[in-house]
Amino acid sequence: MLLTPDEWTAVVLSLRVAFWATVWSMPPAIFVGWILSRVEFPGKGLFDGIVHLPLVLPKVVVGYILLITLGTRGYLGQYLYDWFGISLMFTTAGATVAAAVVSFPLSVNAIRLAIDGVDKGIETAARTLGASKLDAFFTVTLPLMLPGILSGALISLASALGEFGATITFVSNVEGQTRTIPLAIYSATHMPDGDAMALRLTAVSVVLALGALILAEMADRRIKIALGRI
Amino acid sequence: MIEIDVSLTRSTGFSLEAHFSAPGMGVTALFGRSGSGKTTIIQVVAGSVKPDKGRIQVGDEVFFDSAKGIDLPIEKRRVGYVFQDARLFPHLSVENNLRYGQRRARHDQSIGFDAVVDMLGIKPLLKRRPHTLSGGERQRVAIGRALLAQPRLLLMDEPLASLDEMRKAEILPYLERLRDDLRLPILYVSHSIDEVLRLSDVVAAVQNGTVIAAGPLSEVLSRRELLPVLGRFDLGTIFECKVKSHDISLALSTITFADGELRVPLVDRPPGAPVRARIRSRDVALSLSRPIDVSVTNRLSGVIRDIRREEGPYADVAVELPHKGLLHALVTVESVERLALEPGMPVWAMIKAVAVDSRSPHFEARDEPFTPPSHSAAPGLRLVSARSLPQESS
Repeated sequence: MLLTPDEWTAVVLSLRVAFWATVWSMPPAIFVGWILSRVEFPGKGLFDGIVHLPLVLPKVVVGYILLITLGTRGYLGQYLYDWFGISLMFTTAGATVAAAVVSFPLSVNAIRLAIDGVDKGIETAARTLGASKLDAFFTVTLPLMLPGILSGALISLASALGEFGATITFVSNVEGQTRTIPLAIYSATHMPDGDAMALRLTAVSVVLALGALILAEMADRRIKIALGRI
Repeated sequence: MIEIDVSLTRSTGFSLEAHFSAPGMGVTALFGRSGSGKTTIIQVVAGSVKPDKGRIQVGDEVFFDSAKGIDLPIEKRRVGYVFQDARLFPHLSVENNLRYGQRRARHDQSIGFDAVVDMLGIKPLLKRRPHTLSGGERQRVAIGRALLAQPRLLLMDEPLASLDEMRKAEILPYLERLRDDLRLPILYVSHSIDEVLRLSDVVAAVQNGTVIAAGPLSEVLSRRELLPVLGRFDLGTIFECKVKSHDISLALSTITFADGELRVPLVDRPPGAPVRARIRSRDVALSLSRPIDVSVTNRLSGVIRDIRREEGPYADVAVELPHKGLLHALVTVESVERLALEPGMPVWAMIKAVAVDSRSPHFEARDEPFTPPSHSAAPGLRLVSARSLPQESS
């Protein structure tokens, strides 16, 4: 094969981390996106700010905040460890959390824009036809914002695949556990003869990114045809 | 009965005062200029806008009562709402759009799917997607969707406003059919006097957020002080009539009202059916003597009640008919002077054209001078009547 077993491990790990980070962050991202789009409440600006914090903070800072909150001796992490025996340190789960947190504001934004684009009047129409708020959300709003959810998921996936700073700070660089493609490239550049490895992983990154973009474009087209927008 | 008694002030400064009631049957038009607050009134009834205080009752169900803290959620009110822009669900087929409300109305299926589809002529569209439909088709589907949710009240917000004249003419007969075939009250928002005249029995005139008059159509629209509010329209006179007889060989029908008879082109309604005759003032000419040797068939005698100078060379002459009906004639000031017309003078009015609209068979105006129409008479004619366009005679 073109890649060494170590490199394969990094690629598969990267995909796993990015996939699960996206899957787990979608429902809360939809919820938060909906709140930001449709609900007015005092302190909304602050809430908006907190949601976007991971976007503007240095990723190392995000990783460090994760470390002191979710680390084994962190404010929350110690209870996770003492009560459930769960430790995120040096694990794939921890890398997934780091990737999810960093990509969260990006997917929230995409979804929020999608909800902004769904005509409230159509939801009202559903309500007059006997649908409760929740019913109208699941049968009308959600299907209509599918393109937005898709682009949110893509952005989340891309950002998770590229996550570096928060991951290395929070869960370190452990081969087979937390060494995703970016971390593997970083390690390779520190090895005397790592240039070839770095280059191969870079090529893989480009292929993954392009593939994701093309897939998303195709899916987007299909959804838009289904929604009658094309 | 629909009782609306609400007030609302918005942060924009717009305020709404609506205190009126509408019959539990037939079409009640909310008529006024754009921005007068008509739509807000039906939004308040639907529950998508909450009034500051007041009470709304439809039949025996209280939708809203600020004193008792009642505010029924939208989905519990069972109002069918037809929006100006249809608002079909773009991700669902026409059939699933139609079924959306039907599936959620488990308690009641008295308005059947096939009946609605037939009535609106949308069977060929069932498998299609909303974005492939024309504006008129969309609006028909939207009406069907609202009906299948088994509403106790239908709210229509300018359902024809976004359509061109052709499409309007396509939908209007369906609306008439809806009004005549279903015993369902309809609140109909419109700024088009033609639609109001053609469809409604009761009119609520809305100005600057206030319902300033409400009552039977012929009564409200004959109140001249409302003209500036209603906008200048070429209305003239409205008479609530009944079909008396048809003369098939001459293609003429005779319709009667308190002050006499009118001969009009064949009306697609059975004898006894209620119809509305509209006579534009400019289609009425006046004569001091009984007109003979003229082609005009419809002649009514009366006494001039007042003469009012209008814009340009015209004057509006109000002629009081024997049974107190008022007929308006638009003549030139020159003619008024030449004939020396004055209040109190007996005149003959010659009517060159009469537009005839079918009326709701369910509704009886308070001052209805006739016995109730026999609904069952010639039922076959009733579907045909849905196509009766305003007809003119000369």
